[in-house]
Amino acid sequence: MIRLSDAQKTFYPGTINEVRALRGVSLEIADGSFVVVLGTNGSGKSTLLNALAGSFLLDAGRIDFDGTEVTRWPEHKRARFVGRVFQNPFSGTAPAMSIAENFALAMRRGKSRGLAWALPRRLRGELADRVRSLKMGLEDRLDTAIGTLSGGQRQALTLLMATWLRPGLLLLDEHTAALDPKSADQVIRLTEAIIARERLTTLMVTHSMQQAVNLGDRIVMMHRGAVLHDASGADKRRLRVDDLLDRFEDVRRRELLDPSAAELLAAAYV
Amino acid sequence: MTLLIGALTLGLIMALLALGVYVSYRIFATADITVDGSLTFGAAVAAVLIVVHGVNPAVATAAGFLAGALAGCASGLLQTRFGINSLLAGILVMTALYSVNLRIMGRSNVPFLGATTLSTWCGHLGDRLFGGGEVNLAGWAVNAQDLVQLGVMAAIVGAAAAALYWFFRTELGTAMRASGDNPQMISALGANVGRYRIIGLALSNGLVGMSGALWAQYQNFADAQMGIGMIVWGLASVIIGEALTGAPSLGYAIIGAVFGSVLFRLLVAIALGFGLNPNDLKLITALFVFLALILPGALAHLPRRRRAVEAA
Repeated sequence: MIRLSDAQKTFYPGTINEVRALRGVSLEIADGSFVVVLGTNGSGKSTLLNALAGSFLLDAGRIDFDGTEVTRWPEHKRARFVGRVFQNPFSGTAPAMSIAENFALAMRRGKSRGLAWALPRRLRGELADRVRSLKMGLEDRLDTAIGTLSGGQRQALTLLMATWLRPGLLLLDEHTAALDPKSADQVIRLTEAIIARERLTTLMVTHSMQQAVNLGDRIVMMHRGAVLHDASGADKRRLRVDDLLDRFEDVRRRELLDPSAAELLAAAYV
Repeated sequence: MTLLIGALTLGLIMALLALGVYVSYRIFATADITVDGSLTFGAAVAAVLIVVHGVNPAVATAAGFLAGALAGCASGLLQTRFGINSLLAGILVMTALYSVNLRIMGRSNVPFLGATTLSTWCGHLGDRLFGGGEVNLAGWAVNAQDLVQLGVMAAIVGAAAAALYWFFRTELGTAMRASGDNPQMISALGANVGRYRIIGLALSNGLVGMSGALWAQYQNFADAQMGIGMIVWGLASVIIGEALTGAPSLGYAIIGAVFGSVLFRLLVAIALGFGLNPNDLKLITALFVFLALILPGALAHLPRRRRAVEAA
Protein backbone atom coordinates (compact mmCIF):
# COMPACT_ATOMS: atom_id res chain seq x y z
CA MET A 1 0.00 0.00 0.00
CA ILE A 2 1.36 3.38 -1.07
CA ARG A 3 -0.15 6.31 0.81
CA LEU A 4 0.26 9.99 -0.04
CA SER A 5 -1.46 12.38 2.40
CA ASP A 6 -2.14 16.05 1.74
CA ALA A 7 1.02 16.49 -0.34
CA GLN A 8 1.98 20.08 -1.06
CA LYS A 9 4.80 21.42 -3.17
CA THR A 10 5.51 24.95 -4.41
CA PHE A 11 8.40 25.63 -6.77
CA TYR A 12 10.20 29.01 -6.71
CA PRO A 13 8.12 30.28 -3.75
CA GLY A 14 7.92 34.04 -3.37
CA THR A 15 9.06 34.80 -6.92
CA ILE A 16 7.08 35.72 -10.02
CA ASN A 17 7.77 32.18 -11.25
CA GLU A 18 6.01 30.62 -8.25
CA VAL A 19 4.26 27.40 -9.21
CA ARG A 20 1.97 25.60 -6.78
CA ALA A 21 2.55 22.21 -8.32
CA LEU A 22 0.77 20.10 -5.67
CA ARG A 23 -2.07 21.62 -3.66
CA GLY A 24 -2.86 19.00 -1.06
CA VAL A 25 -2.98 15.77 -3.04
CA SER A 26 -4.01 12.61 -1.19
CA LEU A 27 -3.83 9.24 -2.84
CA GLU A 28 -3.88 5.62 -1.71
CA ILE A 29 -2.63 2.98 -4.09
CA ALA A 30 -3.53 -0.61 -3.22
CA ASP A 31 -0.98 -3.37 -3.73
CA GLY A 32 -1.01 -4.68 -7.28
CA SER A 33 -3.07 -1.85 -8.68
CA PHE A 34 -2.09 -0.10 -11.90
CA VAL A 35 -2.92 3.60 -11.70
CA VAL A 36 -2.85 5.82 -14.76
CA VAL A 37 -2.39 9.52 -14.03
CA LEU A 38 -3.75 11.81 -16.69
CA GLY A 39 -3.58 15.56 -16.89
CA THR A 40 -2.91 18.64 -18.96
CA ASN A 41 0.52 20.25 -19.15
CA GLY A 42 1.42 21.76 -15.78
CA SER A 43 -1.31 19.83 -13.97
CA GLY A 44 1.19 18.38 -11.51
CA LYS A 45 1.12 14.79 -12.76
CA SER A 46 4.87 14.50 -13.19
CA THR A 47 5.40 16.39 -9.93
CA LEU A 48 3.24 13.80 -8.19
CA LEU A 49 5.41 11.00 -9.58
CA ASN A 50 8.65 12.79 -8.71
CA ALA A 51 7.36 13.40 -5.18
CA LEU A 52 6.87 9.66 -4.73
CA ALA A 53 10.31 8.93 -6.22
CA GLY A 54 11.93 11.46 -3.90
CA SER A 55 13.40 13.71 -6.61
CA PHE A 56 12.54 16.53 -4.19
CA LEU A 57 11.05 16.65 -0.69
CA LEU A 58 7.48 17.79 -0.01
CA ASP A 59 6.75 21.19 1.58
CA ALA A 60 4.00 19.54 3.60
CA GLY A 61 2.26 16.19 3.72
CA ARG A 62 3.36 12.63 4.24
CA ILE A 63 4.33 9.59 2.17
CA ASP A 64 4.21 5.99 3.37
CA PHE A 65 5.43 2.90 1.50
CA ASP A 66 4.03 -0.32 2.98
CA GLY A 67 3.56 1.30 6.39
CA THR A 68 7.05 2.89 6.47
CA GLU A 69 7.14 6.65 6.44
CA VAL A 70 9.54 7.85 3.72
CA THR A 71 8.57 11.55 3.57
CA ARG A 72 12.10 12.79 4.33
CA TRP A 73 13.99 10.00 2.56
CA PRO A 74 16.21 11.09 -0.34
CA GLU A 75 15.71 9.56 -3.77
CA HIS A 76 18.56 7.05 -3.54
CA LYS A 77 17.20 5.66 -0.27
CA ARG A 78 13.68 5.22 -1.68
CA ALA A 79 15.17 3.32 -4.62
CA ARG A 80 14.85 0.06 -2.70
CA PHE A 81 11.03 0.39 -3.07
CA VAL A 82 10.88 2.20 -6.38
CA GLY A 83 11.64 1.13 -9.95
CA ARG A 84 11.56 3.98 -12.39
CA VAL A 85 11.38 4.68 -16.13
CA PHE A 86 11.86 8.26 -17.31
CA GLN A 87 10.26 10.16 -20.17
CA ASN A 88 13.63 10.74 -21.82
CA PRO A 89 14.88 7.37 -23.12
CA PHE A 90 18.46 8.54 -22.46
CA SER A 91 17.82 9.17 -18.74
CA GLY A 92 17.43 5.59 -17.60
CA THR A 93 20.71 4.08 -18.78
CA ALA A 94 24.42 4.93 -18.54
CA PRO A 95 25.37 5.49 -22.20
CA ALA A 96 29.12 4.82 -22.04
CA MET A 97 28.63 1.51 -20.24
CA SER A 98 27.68 -1.83 -21.76
CA ILE A 99 24.22 -3.40 -21.61
CA ALA A 100 25.57 -6.01 -19.19
CA GLU A 101 27.10 -3.37 -16.90
CA ASN A 102 23.86 -1.38 -16.86
CA PHE A 103 22.04 -4.50 -15.72
CA ALA A 104 24.72 -5.18 -13.12
CA LEU A 105 23.84 -1.74 -11.70
CA ALA A 106 20.12 -2.48 -11.77
CA MET A 107 20.65 -5.79 -9.97
CA ARG A 108 21.91 -3.84 -6.94
CA ARG A 109 19.06 -1.33 -6.87
CA GLY A 110 18.57 -0.19 -3.28
CA LYS A 111 21.23 -2.60 -1.98
CA SER A 112 24.68 -1.87 -0.64
CA ARG A 113 27.49 -1.92 -3.18
CA GLY A 114 30.77 -3.46 -2.12
CA LEU A 115 33.97 -4.75 -3.65
CA ALA A 116 32.47 -7.86 -5.19
CA TRP A 117 32.88 -8.29 -8.96
CA ALA A 118 29.98 -6.36 -10.51
CA LEU A 119 29.35 -8.83 -13.29
CA PRO A 120 29.99 -12.43 -12.24
CA ARG A 121 29.95 -14.94 -15.09
CA ARG A 122 26.96 -16.85 -13.74
CA LEU A 123 24.75 -13.78 -14.16
CA ARG A 124 25.42 -13.48 -17.88
CA GLY A 125 23.32 -16.51 -18.77
CA GLU A 126 20.30 -15.28 -16.86
CA LEU A 127 20.81 -11.80 -18.28
CA ALA A 128 20.93 -13.11 -21.86
CA ASP A 129 17.69 -15.05 -21.25
CA ARG A 130 15.82 -12.02 -19.96
CA VAL A 131 17.12 -9.71 -22.67
CA ARG A 132 16.17 -12.33 -25.28
CA SER A 133 12.57 -12.06 -24.02
CA LEU A 134 12.51 -8.52 -25.49
CA LYS A 135 12.89 -10.08 -28.97
CA MET A 136 15.13 -7.20 -30.06
CA GLY A 137 18.20 -9.33 -30.78
CA LEU A 138 20.12 -7.54 -28.02
CA GLU A 139 21.13 -10.75 -26.22
CA ASP A 140 24.15 -11.07 -28.56
CA ARG A 141 25.23 -7.48 -27.93
CA LEU A 142 25.51 -7.48 -24.14
CA ASP A 143 28.96 -5.86 -24.28
CA THR A 144 27.86 -3.05 -26.59
CA ALA A 145 27.78 0.44 -25.10
CA ILE A 146 24.11 1.18 -24.44
CA GLY A 147 24.48 4.69 -25.91
CA THR A 148 24.69 3.17 -29.40
CA LEU A 149 21.14 1.76 -29.19
CA SER A 150 17.91 3.42 -30.32
CA GLY A 151 15.56 5.23 -27.94
CA GLY A 152 13.02 2.40 -28.11
CA GLN A 153 15.63 -0.24 -27.34
CA ARG A 154 17.00 1.81 -24.45
CA GLN A 155 13.52 2.37 -23.02
CA ALA A 156 12.73 -1.35 -23.21
CA LEU A 157 16.01 -2.14 -21.44
CA THR A 158 15.30 0.54 -18.80
CA LEU A 159 11.93 -1.07 -18.13
CA LEU A 160 13.57 -4.47 -17.76
CA MET A 161 16.22 -2.94 -15.45
CA ALA A 162 13.62 -1.14 -13.30
CA THR A 163 11.73 -4.40 -12.73
CA TRP A 164 14.71 -6.80 -12.47
CA LEU A 165 14.39 -6.70 -8.70
CA ARG A 166 10.65 -6.62 -8.05
CA PRO A 167 9.87 -3.00 -7.07
CA GLY A 168 7.24 -2.19 -4.44
CA LEU A 169 6.20 0.65 -6.73
CA LEU A 170 6.88 1.07 -10.44
CA LEU A 171 6.86 4.68 -11.65
CA LEU A 172 6.48 5.32 -15.37
CA ASP A 173 6.78 8.96 -16.42
CA GLU A 174 5.32 9.32 -19.93
CA HIS A 175 7.84 6.67 -20.84
CA THR A 176 6.65 6.31 -24.43
CA ALA A 177 6.09 10.01 -25.19
CA ALA A 178 9.52 10.50 -26.80
CA LEU A 179 9.40 7.34 -28.94
CA ASP A 180 8.25 6.79 -32.52
CA PRO A 181 4.78 5.15 -32.74
CA LYS A 182 6.10 1.66 -33.48
CA SER A 183 8.60 1.66 -30.60
CA ALA A 184 6.02 3.26 -28.30
CA ASP A 185 3.61 0.44 -29.09
CA GLN A 186 6.30 -2.16 -28.47
CA VAL A 187 7.26 -0.61 -25.11
CA ILE A 188 3.62 -0.34 -24.02
CA ARG A 189 2.99 -4.01 -24.77
CA LEU A 190 6.13 -4.93 -22.84
CA THR A 191 4.98 -2.72 -19.94
CA GLU A 192 1.59 -4.43 -19.81
CA ALA A 193 3.17 -7.89 -19.92
CA ILE A 194 5.67 -7.24 -17.13
CA ILE A 195 3.14 -5.52 -14.85
CA ALA A 196 0.61 -8.31 -15.33
CA ARG A 197 3.15 -11.09 -14.83
CA GLU A 198 4.74 -9.61 -11.70
CA ARG A 199 1.47 -8.05 -10.41
CA LEU A 200 3.35 -4.77 -9.87
CA THR A 201 1.92 -1.77 -8.06
CA THR A 202 2.27 0.85 -10.77
CA LEU A 203 1.80 4.56 -11.28
CA MET A 204 1.96 5.60 -14.90
CA VAL A 205 1.85 9.22 -15.99
CA THR A 206 0.63 9.86 -19.51
CA HIS A 207 -0.99 12.55 -21.58
CA SER A 208 -2.34 10.01 -24.04
CA MET A 209 -6.09 9.58 -23.43
CA GLN A 210 -5.99 6.36 -25.46
CA GLN A 211 -3.32 4.83 -23.20
CA ALA A 212 -5.30 5.94 -20.15
CA VAL A 213 -8.41 4.20 -21.41
CA ASN A 214 -6.65 1.01 -22.52
CA LEU A 215 -4.31 0.47 -19.60
CA GLY A 216 -4.55 0.06 -15.87
CA ASP A 217 -7.41 -0.46 -13.43
CA ARG A 218 -7.69 3.10 -12.17
CA ILE A 219 -7.54 6.59 -13.66
CA VAL A 220 -6.55 9.67 -11.66
CA MET A 221 -7.18 12.92 -13.53
CA MET A 222 -5.18 15.90 -12.32
CA HIS A 223 -5.61 19.59 -12.91
CA ARG A 224 -3.76 22.55 -11.38
CA GLY A 225 -2.04 20.50 -8.73
CA ALA A 226 -5.12 18.70 -7.46
CA VAL A 227 -6.97 15.47 -8.19
CA LEU A 228 -9.92 16.28 -10.42
CA HIS A 229 -11.39 12.85 -10.80
CA ASP A 230 -10.55 9.36 -9.60
CA ALA A 231 -12.18 6.37 -11.25
CA SER A 232 -11.51 2.70 -10.61
CA GLY A 233 -13.14 -0.69 -11.12
CA ALA A 234 -16.26 -0.70 -13.27
CA ASP A 235 -16.24 3.12 -13.52
CA LYS A 236 -12.77 3.02 -15.03
CA ARG A 237 -13.71 0.27 -17.48
CA ARG A 238 -16.71 2.27 -18.71
CA LEU A 239 -14.61 5.40 -19.40
CA ARG A 240 -13.92 6.18 -23.04
CA VAL A 241 -11.67 8.81 -24.60
CA ASP A 242 -14.68 11.07 -25.23
CA ASP A 243 -15.65 10.95 -21.54
CA LEU A 244 -12.18 12.03 -20.54
CA LEU A 245 -12.19 14.84 -23.08
CA ASP A 246 -15.60 15.98 -21.75
CA ARG A 247 -14.28 16.12 -18.20
CA PHE A 248 -11.34 18.30 -19.19
CA GLU A 249 -13.68 20.48 -21.29
CA ASP A 250 -15.92 20.94 -18.21
CA VAL A 251 -12.99 22.21 -16.23
CA ARG A 252 -11.91 24.55 -18.97
CA ARG A 253 -15.40 26.06 -19.18
CA ARG A 254 -15.63 26.42 -15.41
CA GLU A 255 -12.25 28.15 -15.36
CA LEU A 256 -13.45 30.86 -17.69
CA LEU A 257 -15.55 31.85 -14.69
CA ASP A 258 -12.94 31.53 -11.99
CA PRO A 259 -13.80 32.80 -8.45
CA SER A 260 -12.36 36.28 -8.97
CA ALA A 261 -14.31 36.77 -12.20
CA ALA A 262 -17.48 35.56 -10.49
CA GLU A 263 -16.93 38.05 -7.68
CA LEU A 264 -16.43 40.84 -10.17
CA LEU A 265 -19.72 39.99 -11.88
CA ALA A 266 -21.53 39.71 -8.56
CA ALA A 267 -20.28 43.14 -7.50
CA ALA A 268 -21.39 44.70 -10.77
CA TYR A 269 -24.81 43.16 -11.13
CA VAL A 270 -26.10 42.01 -7.75
CA MET B 1 70.93 5.51 -22.19
CA THR B 2 70.91 7.07 -18.73
CA LEU B 3 68.72 9.83 -20.16
CA LEU B 4 66.33 7.30 -21.64
CA ILE B 5 66.03 5.36 -18.38
CA GLY B 6 65.53 8.61 -16.49
CA ALA B 7 62.75 9.69 -18.86
CA LEU B 8 61.05 6.28 -18.60
CA THR B 9 61.24 6.30 -14.79
CA LEU B 10 59.84 9.81 -14.53
CA GLY B 11 57.18 8.90 -17.10
CA LEU B 12 56.10 5.98 -14.91
CA ILE B 13 56.02 8.14 -11.78
CA MET B 14 53.87 10.65 -13.68
CA ALA B 15 51.68 7.76 -14.86
CA LEU B 16 50.17 7.67 -11.36
CA LEU B 17 49.30 11.34 -11.83
CA ALA B 18 47.83 10.48 -15.24
CA LEU B 19 45.72 7.68 -13.69
CA GLY B 20 44.44 10.13 -11.07
CA VAL B 21 43.57 12.70 -13.72
CA TYR B 22 41.90 9.95 -15.77
CA VAL B 23 39.55 9.28 -12.84
CA SER B 24 38.51 12.92 -12.35
CA TYR B 25 38.57 13.96 -16.03
CA ARG B 26 37.09 10.93 -17.75
CA ILE B 27 34.98 9.27 -15.03
CA PHE B 28 33.61 12.44 -13.43
CA ALA B 29 34.12 14.79 -16.40
CA THR B 30 35.75 17.51 -14.31
CA ALA B 31 39.15 19.14 -14.75
CA ASP B 32 40.14 18.89 -11.09
CA ILE B 33 42.85 21.47 -10.31
CA THR B 34 43.11 20.08 -6.79
CA VAL B 35 45.78 17.93 -8.46
CA ASP B 36 48.25 20.85 -8.50
CA GLY B 37 48.00 21.06 -4.73
CA SER B 38 47.69 17.38 -3.87
CA LEU B 39 50.83 16.43 -5.83
CA THR B 40 52.92 18.78 -3.70
CA PHE B 41 50.94 17.77 -0.59
CA GLY B 42 51.89 14.12 -1.12
CA ALA B 43 55.52 15.08 -1.75
CA ALA B 44 55.68 17.37 1.29
CA VAL B 45 54.17 14.81 3.65
CA ALA B 46 56.48 12.05 2.41
CA ALA B 47 59.55 14.32 2.56
CA VAL B 48 58.95 15.52 6.11
CA LEU B 49 58.15 12.00 7.32
CA ILE B 50 61.36 10.67 5.82
CA VAL B 51 63.75 13.54 6.53
CA VAL B 52 62.48 14.80 9.88
CA HIS B 53 60.92 11.68 11.40
CA GLY B 54 63.01 8.98 9.75
CA VAL B 55 59.95 7.03 8.69
CA ASN B 56 60.23 3.97 6.42
CA PRO B 57 60.02 5.27 2.79
CA ALA B 58 57.28 2.78 1.83
CA VAL B 59 55.14 4.03 4.73
CA ALA B 60 55.93 7.63 3.77
CA THR B 61 54.83 6.95 0.16
CA ALA B 62 51.56 5.46 1.45
CA ALA B 63 51.16 8.57 3.61
CA GLY B 64 51.58 10.63 0.43
CA PHE B 65 48.63 8.71 -1.03
CA LEU B 66 46.53 9.40 2.09
CA ALA B 67 47.45 13.09 2.03
CA GLY B 68 46.32 13.38 -1.59
CA ALA B 69 43.13 11.46 -0.78
CA LEU B 70 42.40 13.93 2.02
CA ALA B 71 42.75 16.83 -0.42
CA GLY B 72 40.43 15.02 -2.84
CA CYS B 73 37.86 14.56 -0.05
CA ALA B 74 38.00 18.28 0.68
CA SER B 75 37.37 19.12 -2.98
CA GLY B 76 34.57 16.58 -3.15
CA LEU B 77 32.90 17.95 -0.03
CA LEU B 78 33.05 21.51 -1.38
CA GLN B 79 31.39 20.31 -4.57
CA THR B 80 28.68 18.08 -3.13
CA ARG B 81 27.93 19.36 0.36
CA PHE B 82 28.25 23.05 -0.47
CA GLY B 83 27.33 22.97 -4.14
CA ILE B 84 30.44 24.83 -5.29
CA ASN B 85 31.36 24.61 -8.97
CA SER B 86 33.96 21.86 -9.45
CA LEU B 87 36.54 24.16 -11.04
CA LEU B 88 36.22 26.72 -8.24
CA ALA B 89 36.32 24.01 -5.55
CA GLY B 90 39.59 22.76 -7.05
CA ILE B 91 41.06 26.28 -7.14
CA LEU B 92 40.10 26.85 -3.49
CA VAL B 93 41.64 23.60 -2.25
CA MET B 94 44.75 24.06 -4.40
CA THR B 95 45.29 27.58 -3.06
CA ALA B 96 44.72 26.50 0.53
CA LEU B 97 47.12 23.60 0.08
CA TYR B 98 49.92 25.93 -0.99
CA SER B 99 50.01 27.38 2.52
CA VAL B 100 49.47 23.98 4.11
CA ASN B 101 52.44 22.58 2.18
CA LEU B 102 54.70 25.45 3.28
CA ARG B 103 53.56 24.86 6.88
CA ILE B 104 54.29 21.16 6.66
CA MET B 105 57.73 21.62 5.10
CA GLY B 106 58.58 24.69 7.18
CA ARG B 107 60.27 26.21 4.10
CA SER B 108 59.81 26.06 0.34
CA ASN B 109 62.27 23.22 -0.30
CA VAL B 110 63.12 20.07 1.66
CA PRO B 111 66.17 18.14 0.38
CA PHE B 112 66.47 14.48 1.35
CA LEU B 113 70.29 14.66 1.65
CA GLY B 114 71.41 11.33 3.11
CA ALA B 115 67.99 10.15 4.33
CA THR B 116 66.85 6.66 3.36
CA THR B 117 64.38 6.86 0.45
CA LEU B 118 63.00 4.37 -2.06
CA SER B 119 65.93 5.39 -4.29
CA THR B 120 68.36 4.35 -1.55
CA TRP B 121 66.58 1.00 -1.34
CA CYS B 122 66.82 0.64 -5.11
CA GLY B 123 70.60 1.24 -4.81
CA HIS B 124 70.91 -1.52 -2.20
CA LEU B 125 68.84 -3.85 -4.36
CA GLY B 126 71.03 -2.96 -7.33
CA ASP B 127 74.14 -3.85 -5.32
CA ARG B 128 72.68 -7.19 -4.34
CA LEU B 129 71.33 -8.12 -7.79
CA PHE B 130 74.08 -6.79 -10.04
CA GLY B 131 76.96 -6.18 -7.60
CA GLY B 132 76.39 -2.43 -7.96
CA GLY B 133 78.09 -0.07 -10.41
CA GLU B 134 77.30 -0.55 -14.07
CA VAL B 135 75.19 -3.20 -15.74
CA ASN B 136 75.66 -4.22 -19.35
CA LEU B 137 72.25 -3.88 -21.00
CA ALA B 138 72.39 -5.01 -24.63
CA GLY B 139 75.76 -3.37 -25.05
CA TRP B 140 74.97 -0.23 -23.05
CA ALA B 141 76.49 0.41 -19.65
CA VAL B 142 73.66 1.30 -17.30
CA ASN B 143 73.75 2.36 -13.66
CA ALA B 144 72.39 -0.53 -11.59
CA GLN B 145 70.45 1.72 -9.23
CA ASP B 146 68.72 3.48 -12.16
CA LEU B 147 67.78 0.16 -13.70
CA VAL B 148 66.34 -1.23 -10.46
CA GLN B 149 64.50 2.04 -9.87
CA LEU B 150 62.90 1.79 -13.30
CA GLY B 151 61.82 -1.78 -12.54
CA VAL B 152 60.38 -0.83 -9.14
CA MET B 153 58.41 2.08 -10.60
CA ALA B 154 57.08 -0.16 -13.37
CA ALA B 155 55.96 -2.66 -10.71
CA ILE B 156 54.28 0.04 -8.59
CA VAL B 157 52.48 1.61 -11.57
CA GLY B 158 51.50 -1.80 -12.91
CA ALA B 159 50.01 -2.73 -9.55
CA ALA B 160 48.19 0.61 -9.27
CA ALA B 161 46.77 0.30 -12.80
CA ALA B 162 45.63 -3.28 -12.14
CA ALA B 163 44.06 -2.27 -8.82
CA LEU B 164 42.27 0.62 -10.51
CA TYR B 165 40.94 -1.67 -13.26
CA TRP B 166 39.78 -4.20 -10.68
CA PHE B 167 38.13 -1.49 -8.57
CA PHE B 168 36.18 -0.05 -11.50
CA ARG B 169 34.82 -3.51 -12.28
CA THR B 170 33.46 -4.07 -8.76
CA GLU B 171 29.90 -3.21 -7.72
CA LEU B 172 31.11 -0.02 -6.07
CA GLY B 173 33.41 1.01 -8.93
CA THR B 174 30.82 0.28 -11.61
CA ALA B 175 28.29 2.43 -9.75
CA MET B 176 30.93 5.15 -9.46
CA ARG B 177 31.51 5.13 -13.22
CA ALA B 178 27.74 5.32 -13.73
CA SER B 179 27.48 8.29 -11.36
CA GLY B 180 29.75 10.20 -13.73
CA ASP B 181 28.03 8.86 -16.83
CA ASN B 182 24.39 9.36 -15.80
CA PRO B 183 23.80 10.62 -12.23
CA GLN B 184 20.01 10.65 -12.62
CA MET B 185 19.94 6.97 -13.51
CA ILE B 186 22.26 5.72 -10.79
CA SER B 187 20.46 7.83 -8.20
CA ALA B 188 17.19 6.15 -9.18
CA LEU B 189 19.01 2.83 -8.71
CA GLY B 190 19.84 3.72 -5.12
CA ALA B 191 23.33 5.22 -5.26
CA ASN B 192 24.30 8.33 -3.33
CA VAL B 193 25.90 10.25 -6.18
CA GLY B 194 27.51 12.86 -3.93
CA ARG B 195 29.23 10.25 -1.80
CA TYR B 196 30.57 8.47 -4.88
CA ARG B 197 31.98 11.74 -6.16
CA ILE B 198 33.82 12.31 -2.87
CA ILE B 199 35.25 8.76 -2.88
CA GLY B 200 36.21 9.10 -6.54
CA LEU B 201 38.02 12.39 -6.07
CA ALA B 202 39.78 10.99 -3.00
CA LEU B 203 40.98 8.04 -5.08
CA SER B 204 42.05 10.35 -7.90
CA ASN B 205 44.01 12.74 -5.70
CA GLY B 206 45.39 9.86 -3.65
CA LEU B 207 47.10 8.54 -6.79
CA VAL B 208 48.36 12.06 -7.51
CA GLY B 209 49.69 12.44 -3.94
CA MET B 210 51.49 9.12 -4.27
CA SER B 211 52.95 10.28 -7.57
CA GLY B 212 54.25 13.39 -5.78
CA ALA B 213 55.75 11.30 -2.97
CA LEU B 214 57.60 9.07 -5.47
CA TRP B 215 58.71 12.03 -7.58
CA ALA B 216 60.19 13.81 -4.55
CA GLN B 217 62.16 10.70 -3.58
CA TYR B 218 63.34 10.24 -7.16
CA GLN B 219 64.63 13.82 -7.55
CA ASN B 220 65.83 13.86 -3.92
CA PHE B 221 63.86 16.92 -2.77
CA ALA B 222 60.32 18.18 -2.27
CA ASP B 223 59.49 21.68 -3.43
CA ALA B 224 56.46 23.92 -2.85
CA GLN B 225 56.35 24.72 -6.59
CA MET B 226 56.50 21.19 -7.96
CA GLY B 227 52.74 20.81 -8.42
CA ILE B 228 52.21 23.89 -10.56
CA GLY B 229 50.59 23.05 -13.89
CA MET B 230 50.64 19.31 -13.25
CA ILE B 231 46.92 18.98 -14.06
CA VAL B 232 47.82 19.91 -17.63
CA TRP B 233 50.56 17.25 -17.67
CA GLY B 234 47.99 14.72 -16.52
CA LEU B 235 45.48 15.83 -19.15
CA ALA B 236 48.14 15.65 -21.87
CA SER B 237 49.01 12.08 -20.81
CA VAL B 238 45.37 10.99 -20.76
CA ILE B 239 44.74 12.52 -24.18
CA ILE B 240 47.86 10.94 -25.72
CA GLY B 241 46.82 7.62 -24.19
CA GLU B 242 43.39 7.84 -25.78
CA ALA B 243 44.96 8.63 -29.13
CA LEU B 244 47.27 5.61 -28.73
CA THR B 245 44.64 3.03 -27.79
CA GLY B 246 41.43 4.58 -29.06
CA ALA B 247 40.20 3.88 -25.50
CA PRO B 248 37.45 1.48 -26.58
CA SER B 249 37.08 0.17 -23.03
CA LEU B 250 38.07 0.77 -19.43
CA GLY B 251 41.15 -1.47 -19.59
CA TYR B 252 42.52 0.22 -22.70
CA ALA B 253 41.87 3.67 -21.24
CA ILE B 254 43.85 2.81 -18.10
CA ILE B 255 46.73 1.28 -20.05
CA GLY B 256 46.55 4.26 -22.40
CA ALA B 257 46.96 6.74 -19.53
CA VAL B 258 50.11 4.91 -18.36
CA PHE B 259 51.68 4.71 -21.82
CA GLY B 260 50.54 8.23 -22.66
CA SER B 261 52.45 9.53 -19.65
CA VAL B 262 55.61 7.60 -20.52
CA LEU B 263 55.47 8.66 -24.17
CA PHE B 264 54.85 12.28 -23.24
CA ARG B 265 57.84 12.28 -20.90
CA LEU B 266 59.99 10.72 -23.64
CA LEU B 267 58.94 13.40 -26.13
CA VAL B 268 59.77 16.08 -23.57
CA ALA B 269 63.19 14.50 -22.89
CA ILE B 270 63.93 14.41 -26.62
CA ALA B 271 62.83 18.04 -27.06
CA LEU B 272 64.99 19.09 -24.11
CA GLY B 273 67.87 17.08 -25.60
CA PHE B 274 67.53 19.12 -28.79
CA GLY B 275 67.91 22.31 -26.79
CA LEU B 276 64.34 23.24 -25.84
CA ASN B 277 64.38 25.81 -23.05
CA PRO B 278 62.88 24.08 -19.96
CA ASN B 279 61.10 27.34 -19.11
CA ASP B 280 58.98 26.95 -22.26
CA LEU B 281 57.83 23.48 -21.26
CA LYS B 282 54.56 24.45 -19.57
CA LEU B 283 53.59 26.76 -22.43
CA ILE B 284 54.15 23.98 -24.93
CA THR B 285 52.25 21.50 -22.77
CA ALA B 286 49.29 23.87 -22.50
CA LEU B 287 49.32 24.48 -26.28
CA PHE B 288 49.44 20.75 -26.86
CA VAL B 289 46.38 20.12 -24.65
CA PHE B 290 44.60 23.06 -26.31
CA LEU B 291 45.18 21.54 -29.75
CA ALA B 292 44.13 18.10 -28.55
CA LEU B 293 40.90 19.57 -27.21
CA ILE B 294 39.91 21.52 -30.33
CA LEU B 295 41.23 19.24 -33.09
CA PRO B 296 38.53 16.54 -32.93
CA GLY B 297 35.79 19.20 -33.09
CA ALA B 298 37.52 21.13 -35.87
CA LEU B 299 38.00 17.97 -37.94
CA ALA B 300 34.36 17.00 -37.50
CA HIS B 301 33.29 20.45 -38.73
CA LEU B 302 35.41 20.43 -41.87
CA PRO B 303 33.42 18.04 -44.11
CA ARG B 304 30.11 19.50 -42.95
CA ARG B 305 31.16 22.98 -43.92
CA ARG B 306 32.35 21.71 -47.28
CA ARG B 307 29.02 20.00 -47.81
CA ALA B 308 27.18 23.20 -46.91
CA VAL B 309 29.23 25.07 -49.49
CA GLU B 310 28.47 22.47 -52.14
CA ALA B 311 24.77 22.61 -51.35
CA ALA B 312 24.83 26.39 -51.71
